[in-house]
Amino acid sequence: MTGLTINGIAHSADVPSATLLVEYLRDHLGLTGTHIGCETSQCGACNVLIDGVPVKACTALVATLDGAAVTTVEGLAAGETLHPMQAAFREHHALQCGFCTPGMVIAGIGIAQRHGADVTPGVIAHELEGNLCRCTGYINIVAAIAAGAKAMHDA
Amino acid sequence: MRDFDLVRPASVAEAAAAFAASGDAAYLAGGHTLIPAMKARLRAPETLVDLSRLPGLTGVTRDGDRLWVGALTTHAAVAEDATVEAAIPGLSALALLIGDPQVRAKGTLGGVIANNDPAADYPAACLALDATIVTDRAEYGAGDFFQGMFATALSDGEIVTRVGFRVPTASAYAKFRHPASRYAVAAVYVARFTDGVRVAVTGAGPGAFRWTEAEAALTASFDAGAVAGLTLEDGDLSSDIHCSAEYRAHLCGVMLAQAVEGSING
Ligand SMILES: Cc1cc2nc3c(=O)[nH]c(=O)nc-3n(C[C@H](O)[C@H](O)[C@H](O)COP(=O)(O)OP(=O)(O)OC[C@H]3O[C@@H](n4cnc5c(N)ncnc54)[C@H](O)[C@@H]3O)c2cc1C
Ligand code: FES
Ligand code: FES
Repeated sequence: MTGLTINGIAHSADVPSATLLVEYLRDHLGLTGTHIGCETSQCGACNVLIDGVPVKACTALVATLDGAAVTTVEGLAAGETLHPMQAAFREHHALQCGFCTPGMVIAGIGIAQRHGADVTPGVIAHELEGNLCRCTGYINIVAAIAAGAKAMHDA
Repeated sequence: MRDFDLVRPASVAEAAAAFAASGDAAYLAGGHTLIPAMKARLRAPETLVDLSRLPGLTGVTRDGDRLWVGALTTHAAVAEDATVEAAIPGLSALALLIGDPQVRAKGTLGGVIANNDPAADYPAACLALDATIVTDRAEYGAGDFFQGMFATALSDGEIVTRVGFRVPTASAYAKFRHPASRYAVAAVYVARFTDGVRVAVTGAGPGAFRWTEAEAALTASFDAGAVAGLTLEDGDLSSDIHCSAEYRAHLCGVMLAQAVEGSING
């Protein structure tokens, strides 16, 4: 039994030892906002925040997360009010099919936390190396993260 | 992935005892090599001994001409650490070139060197910075520790606890990254000490190695001109779907020149 918090709610995960965090979120809890793009640790579609830090949920074992606080894309908004990073993605049209978007938003929050309100497009592009998007060409994603970083620090 | 027994020891001694008690155990650090290998069923240990919460194995300290980094220190922590930046900025830069931010948040120094992937970054730093690798039962010079592709001096169940890098007067790392995996296609670490220059190459061969001709030339004269035209024998280098040995030999020369320039200007 592993005790952990997911989007502010305490859970006791009683799962086989080989269970990945992404499987627990999607298959056990129905939190399907966290996507599986590759399952080989490359694409970042599965990014979640663990204790505030972006991590690939396909490369984390639930059994090792005793006491951790996990935030998925479902846990970012406050009721009907989008998280500033989510709002920036919407504002800047930073998605087409949306498959990569939850992982991008989570990565963007990490970038904003590490680099502050004035993070440059060059730094954002370097820090997005672990996130693959097959649709957008990244231009609007980089613009959204720049705007989201500003909004997070103004908030 | 096959299920396993998870053991979460409270000390290094307990971890080693749990490993010894199991017939088929593996240590888990950041999991960013081991978990993908288990998913691909390349590894299927019966017992997983989790090192990630052991006390005393993270962090950085400077002691005279050595910079000590705990084996469980993540790549992100090394990249951000002010003591590392002040002592060996080339090492901070190297840590920042590993994988991506999510990989750096979890992957650890000890995990990289215990695994000794031929395209990993830290083995080059260990060789060029004359590192001492300390385990729960021994101490190794980097030259003895790394023994070719995925092979090290570690015996079964031995735990890397910390690594001491010798602080150079200047150093830099130049890496040609594989655009998809971010591992090194070829990379060179150049470190200048008062008693000579050390040069190590990773990504290009079956394991990281020292480039002794480059060391001799740079010890005589520390400028890019001194190594212009110097190339490695491509017979010793790797050839794979990414590029030929000949291409890698050329790339090593280019990375060497960049690393020398970086150590002069950096
Ligand atoms: C997408 C991606 C990109 C990457 N890019 C790079 C890159 O550019 N450069 C690079 O160098 N690496 C790269 N890596 C690998 C990354 O650095 C790994 O984190 C690292 O290889 C292993 O460290 P870990 O802490 O995750 O170890 P784990 O995966 O937990 O363990 C790896 C192995 O080492 C053993 N081990 C771990 N810690 C110890 C210890 N203290 N003592 C003894 N044995 C131990 C384990 O038993 C296991 O066999 C990448 C990984 C991914 C997923
Ligand atoms: S699904 Fe986790 S990185 Fe692609
Ligand atoms: S919007 Fe389609 S994968 Fe990124």
